[in-house]
Amino acid sequence: MTDTYDLIVLGSGPGGYVAAIRAAQLGLKVAIVEREKLGGICLNWGCIPTKALLRTSEIKHYMDHAGDYGLSAKDVSFDLKKVVERSRGVAKQLNQGIGHLMKKNKIAVVEGEGAITAKGKLSVKKDGKTTDLAARNIIVATGARARELPHLKADGKRVWTYRHAMTPSEMPTKLLVIGSGAIGVEFASFYKDLGADVTVVEMLDRIVPVEDADVSDFAMKAFKKQGMDIRVSTAVEKIDVSAKGVKASIKDAKGKGKVTVEDYSHVILAIGIAPNSENIGLEALGVKTDRGHLVTDEWGKTNVEGIWGIGDVCGAPWLAHKASHEGVVAAEKIAETMGKGNVHAHPMDKSNIPGCTYARPQIASVGLTEAKAKDAGHKVKVGKFPFIGNGKAIALGEAEGFVKTVFDAETGELLGAHMVGAEVTELIQGYVVARQLETTEAELMQTIFAHPTLSEMMHESVLDAYGRALHY
Amino acid sequence: MPIDITMPALSPTMEVGTLAKWLVKTGDKVAPGDLIAEIETDKATMEVEAIDEGTVAKILIAEGTEDVPVGQLIAVLVEDGESVDDAATPKAKAKTPPKAPTTPTVEPVTAPPATPSPKAAIPASNGKRIKASPLAKRLAAAKGVDLAGISGSGPNGRIVKADLDSAKPAAAAPKPAAAPAAAPAAPAAMPPADAPYEAVKLSNVRKITARRLTESKQSVPHIYMTLDVQLDKLLKLRGELNVSLESRGIKLSVNDLIIKAQALALQEVPKCNVQFAGTAVYEYSRVDISVAVALEGGLITPIIRDAANKRLSEIATEMKDLAARAREGKLKPDEYMGGTASISNLGMYGIKQFDAVINPPQAMILAVGAGEKRPFVIDGALSVATVMSVTGSFDHRAIDGAPAAEFMAAFKRLVENPLGMLA
Repeated sequence: MTDTYDLIVLGSGPGGYVAAIRAAQLGLKVAIVEREKLGGICLNWGCIPTKALLRTSEIKHYMDHAGDYGLSAKDVSFDLKKVVERSRGVAKQLNQGIGHLMKKNKIAVVEGEGAITAKGKLSVKKDGKTTDLAARNIIVATGARARELPHLKADGKRVWTYRHAMTPSEMPTKLLVIGSGAIGVEFASFYKDLGADVTVVEMLDRIVPVEDADVSDFAMKAFKKQGMDIRVSTAVEKIDVSAKGVKASIKDAKGKGKVTVEDYSHVILAIGIAPNSENIGLEALGVKTDRGHLVTDEWGKTNVEGIWGIGDVCGAPWLAHKASHEGVVAAEKIAETMGKGNVHAHPMDKSNIPGCTYARPQIASVGLTEAKAKDAGHKVKVGKFPFIGNGKAIALGEAEGFVKTVFDAETGELLGAHMVGAEVTELIQGYVVARQLETTEAELMQTIFAHPTLSEMMHESVLDAYGRALHY
Repeated sequence: MPIDITMPALSPTMEVGTLAKWLVKTGDKVAPGDLIAEIETDKATMEVEAIDEGTVAKILIAEGTEDVPVGQLIAVLVEDGESVDDAATPKAKAKTPPKAPTTPTVEPVTAPPATPSPKAAIPASNGKRIKASPLAKRLAAAKGVDLAGISGSGPNGRIVKADLDSAKPAAAAPKPAAAPAAAPAAPAAMPPADAPYEAVKLSNVRKITARRLTESKQSVPHIYMTLDVQLDKLLKLRGELNVSLESRGIKLSVNDLIIKAQALALQEVPKCNVQFAGTAVYEYSRVDISVAVALEGGLITPIIRDAANKRLSEIATEMKDLAARAREGKLKPDEYMGGTASISNLGMYGIKQFDAVINPPQAMILAVGAGEKRPFVIDGALSVATVMSVTGSFDHRAIDGAPAAEFMAAFKRLVENPLGMLA
């Protein structure tokens, strides 16, 4: 006897479980298949547990600088085991929350390794037992994993992926972080603030390369000021792992390709991700992929009828909220097609996905960078406002950073916003809403911003783009 | 006083329509009864007549605009003595026109977006709030596009930037922007990998056809019954009748006779003249036959109502008129909506036999193949006869196999003994 569903979601990360909930809300009979833990990487091994760790390092940083605030905190120390335990506890709490959400929405949770055996058919293996399921629609939400290269492989002891790096059993003394994307700089920040000696190596000519160049420059200076060793246009050619540590051969493109061999206690690989698209039956059905990523349209449809894809397995940006939104779009499209739930689906717009990096300083952005806006043929107006001009920032003791806005000079469209500094990850949403509602500079200028807040800088940055900044 | 012309409701259920064509232009004089526009609904194109006399002052909805809600202002007439320019002003004053965004810049902007072009003021003239993003309003003003002629793809029809990208200035041939994604019949599939293709936009008829047929095949369990019917007697009768009808200018087609036979057979076996309604089966006491007519962009099924009690000459006359108007897209909704059973005849293409898809909520459809000379056993001897294969598709939720077979047998008997149809 095969259980038949309207929708089966393969993978219960932030894409999968959200798709399942939305579909259930619209009256579909839904099952979700998970081989590990509900909530996927984000909740168990990504976004959330790392935020718990970074909270610890942030508090430690403040305690180390207690004197700046008229406080004294002597002999500040930490217990790494307890730091990790707290992070795991946070993940566990949320994981259980997802279980409740599934139950509440009457979504069948099937544990095990799922694979699509034919169109509309899926088998789930667990402990040698196979369960067969059938569904009119299958959403592939299997996510991605850390990328490794032939010469850069993790062993979990000295050479870590993000997963090892968030459950360390020992504190690195001299840490090499390979890759300066969001994951790389977050771990660099965490271990630096806990007291490790940190080196970050980036192949491209600037760190956090997806961000606006001004943000990259500012972040690099800030990290260097904290004592990190940041090297751009540099590649790690080889790592030799021994019981005592790691010998890394590092090639500096600027130094005429000179290779130096350096000793590190630990290495974190943050060189991108690889999609989990193998061994789930996609090849046999002829589902189109591009370098392993599922090729989908704006609704999440693959080239094979009834097979949909969302989230990391479908490509960049590899962000939980992108996956969730794609999940909602696909679920609504499926319901609409089936005539259920009286829903009017809207296609995914990838130009309005915010990005947040929780290093110290934080980085947040949405839309086009200044360079990309110019490449796209826009005549731009650029506004920039520094934290030092904001009363709240000074009161907080966080006077470093800026808010940059990029407008189309002709239409007043807010093309992009780029921020670096304290709490900017919470500020960015204001600009995301503005972009979604297609406000122009005029509405943003007419908006009243509360005082004293960091968000006043968002107002000032817009004013500055039109030569009207009030406080700088 | 200017006279408002609004989107008419052409059927009791109509909510939106496509403004297919304007038959008048600004400045034209119209009298009551004059045709002013063509409106396309789900399945038909209908003309809108002027009720009042006057001069067309403003046309507010561009030709080709889809999903114009019933009651939406589409044009304004002025009476004699009023100037065309008067048309908009009184209304615009009555309600606050949408404010053009002001740009409080210090330095001059390269292309001052704040200045509303005269065309951008059009939305104000109909007094209704047009939902559009600030950016869309500004882009429309800069391009000289009338927002009233654009259907928005944002939430609740809000006009957004993307809708403006394809919009042309009002002065040029106005074409609506991207159609709002009105619940498509099937998910948009990606094109096959490499064969060259052209995306042909779905007509309203095609959208409805796609949705209904999918619905039918997915939700109605079909049962099919095929039998061969000897046609010679019916053909002979038709020949004789047509000779006597010639003076009245009426010519019966074979299909007219088959429609009649189907209707009579359904009257005889009322268990097949039904509709499955979830908790009940509706048994209809009148037989209304929907006759499939192929159109350029799809298919439509005009109805011969009470076909069992109509004379053959009536059926022939009605059918001729309905088919002609169907091809022109000029059927009224009540002429194609309803019906208790359907017939689809592909005999003229030489199709020997096929299975038709039931047209919900009906419960049966008859698929008629070509009448052709075949070897046929009559009274134990092999001879040649004109034979036609017909297949009935029945909704098995409402109709059991036995009554379905009874219907088929009754149909065969009527066709093979056609004088019974005249009695």
